[in-house]
Amino acid sequence: MFEIVKRKEMANGTVILNEIKAPLIAQKAKPGQFVILKADERGERIPLTMADSDPERGTITVIYKVVGRSTELFKGLEVGDSYQDAIGPLGQPTHLEKVGTVVCVGGGTGIAVLHPIAQGLKRVGNRVVGIIGARTEGLLILEEEMRAVSNELFVCTDDGSRGHHGFVTDILKRVLEEENVDLVVAIGPVPMMKFVTEITKPYKVKTLVSLNPIMIDGTGMCGGCRVSVDGVNKFACVDGPEFDGHKVDFDQLMQRLRAYQSEEKTSSKAHRCRLDQ
Amino acid sequence: MAGNEAVTEKKTRVAMPEQEPDYRRRNFEEVPLGYTPEMAVKEASRCLQCKSPSCVEGCPVEIDIPAFIQLIKEEKFDEAIKKIWEKNRLPAVCGRVCPQENQCEGRCVLMKKGRPIAIGNLERFAADFAREKGIEEASPRLVPTGKKVAIVGSGPAGLTAAADLMAKGHQVTIFEALHKPGGVLVYGIPEFRLPKDIVADEVESLERQGAEIECNTVVGRTVTINELFEEGYDAVFIGVGAGLPKFMNIPGENLVGIMSANEYLTRANLMKVYLFPEYDTPIPKGKNVAVLGAGNVAMDSGRTAMRLGADTVRIVYRRSREEMPARAAEIHHAEEEGIEFLLLTNPIRFLGDDRGRVVGMECIKMELGEPDASGRRRPVAIEGSEFEISCDLVIIAVGTDANPLLTRSTEGLKLNKWGYIEADPDTGKTSIEGVWAGGDIVTGSATVIQAMGAGRRAARSIHEYLTHNS
Ligand code: FES
Repeated sequence: MFEIVKRKEMANGTVILNEIKAPLIAQKAKPGQFVILKADERGERIPLTMADSDPERGTITVIYKVVGRSTELFKGLEVGDSYQDAIGPLGQPTHLEKVGTVVCVGGGTGIAVLHPIAQGLKRVGNRVVGIIGARTEGLLILEEEMRAVSNELFVCTDDGSRGHHGFVTDILKRVLEEENVDLVVAIGPVPMMKFVTEITKPYKVKTLVSLNPIMIDGTGMCGGCRVSVDGVNKFACVDGPEFDGHKVDFDQLMQRLRAYQSEEKTSSKAHRCRLDQ
Repeated sequence: MAGNEAVTEKKTRVAMPEQEPDYRRRNFEEVPLGYTPEMAVKEASRCLQCKSPSCVEGCPVEIDIPAFIQLIKEEKFDEAIKKIWEKNRLPAVCGRVCPQENQCEGRCVLMKKGRPIAIGNLERFAADFAREKGIEEASPRLVPTGKKVAIVGSGPAGLTAAADLMAKGHQVTIFEALHKPGGVLVYGIPEFRLPKDIVADEVESLERQGAEIECNTVVGRTVTINELFEEGYDAVFIGVGAGLPKFMNIPGENLVGIMSANEYLTRANLMKVYLFPEYDTPIPKGKNVAVLGAGNVAMDSGRTAMRLGADTVRIVYRRSREEMPARAAEIHHAEEEGIEFLLLTNPIRFLGDDRGRVVGMECIKMELGEPDASGRRRPVAIEGSEFEISCDLVIIAVGTDANPLLTRSTEGLKLNKWGYIEADPDTGKTSIEGVWAGGDIVTGSATVIQAMGAGRRAARSIHEYLTHNS
């Protein structure tokens, strides 16, 4: 059992932070790696990239958006409650090295995953330019945390309620025009990552993205997490979750992520029925 | 002519009752229902009790087959199971999933007449009898040796190695990456062929005897082999299975609705999708299902799809019936349940709709040419014979490759050119001192009992090492 020691609602309750007791995983976890959580006996195995880990406290932190049946279930867990299963750390850690100037682009809950990576990149001596965005101010998370690890931070909202009125890609373009960028790390919704890679491509700036495809085991056993990278299938759980964004087939990834849309509705409905009983 | 009747009767094998095909094809209950005591005694009395029994030679774990059969004949069922336990920790599993026709039963002298003793059925009977009656293996009072062994993987190889090592007084901890122990017995083999309660019972009985089981532990990630030694383990056995599913590498393979048998079966078995939405994990409900490959895993996948409500299930295989690697009994069961076989057919491309979902497959007809390296006749495409079939779910069951997750993180572990661990076939010793390996991660995909045999041989060698190194 993996106990929740801290819980926070963010972005008007649409995003939840859980700090979870998992000493073995905390010992090993590095920025960029993920865990698989399962709430109870009947639950799904849900992969979540970690937002933080603390070997001393023996805890890991995940920040997730409530999007369906399983995350609804997760949301219902309070401090003192436990996840039945937590598996990790899985995937390859981010390769943190000094390259010069790195632009870290985050959207939605992707900012939570981006934060430890930006922090790591800064610590090894990079100049970090942060660009984070959300639909509206209320949904923006971790602005202060990102500011603390960025040499410069830009904030964008689709509706202009905070910072730049528009998309993260607008700012990214400007930064690419104005200075020499050595690396871009983009983490967020798939369409955002796709647009970021389209923008950086002409500038020939290496662009890392972190993918979160459908997974079961997280250990290379099922192949459900396969993504086409440079025309070759890679297993995101073993080879990823980070890949060279210029080589990822994002359209296919989006289609694959929608595989269980109708089942998701059935499941959520059944869940609500169970709650109502 | 009563006398003659008795003779004929004695000659025929007692068939195990089964659920009717029309009924069972839509449920997940076990298909064969097991012998009654009368049936078991009757079948056991057919045994000729050979002086030098060849059946035993055919058994990878060398069960004293004539002896346990004799005990069943004498209705000493509890002694029969104890006889089996001397050599086999998982008889309820083996009685169900071993390919007896290639092993013990294949060697039975009555095989010549085509009527070998139903050794598997009898083994299953004895094991089920013990389960029902709550008969437990008396754990011998052992002086603990004070040695600790880490077992990586809780499938058939790991469970067997663990049991054997505990029987010698060593302390074992089994590490499992998934959230439930049992490995392929839990995620791979479907409920209707191997009820999960049986696996759980076997695992619990190991725990009662003192084994520790750590689920959710991915050795290679959560902890490394080196760290296990630092934590004080004296030896490590690696039995992680093969893992990495093979794909066809043809266009359209990443369309939605195309998945590996590993994924399909794991969703179905481990995550219990047949209880969806009671359980949360979804699975695509295919109406027209194509299964690529013709081994046991393909049969399991096809039969699962049928139970999940498919209208048609087709096994698509590039060779002919004779070359199908699945057990005859499984092919027969599949056929009875209405599964069709599209033989000498090879898919060359998957077809999708505008939402990226699979809607069909382009195939080509094959014919058999000269024998290839495997001794089987090589299938060759017949030019111009392309045709399309429609399907909304494709399950790829063409085997697995070596999973690199653990091997990559273990320095000094010698692998062969396919990425499997190099281990001595007699002892399971690897290139690292104190580390043994066995099962699919050494041999590539094989059977449950072969993995158990490897676990047993490794346990023997580990025991020797631990007693001589002290
Ligand atoms: S999640 Fe199963 S192989 Fe990656």
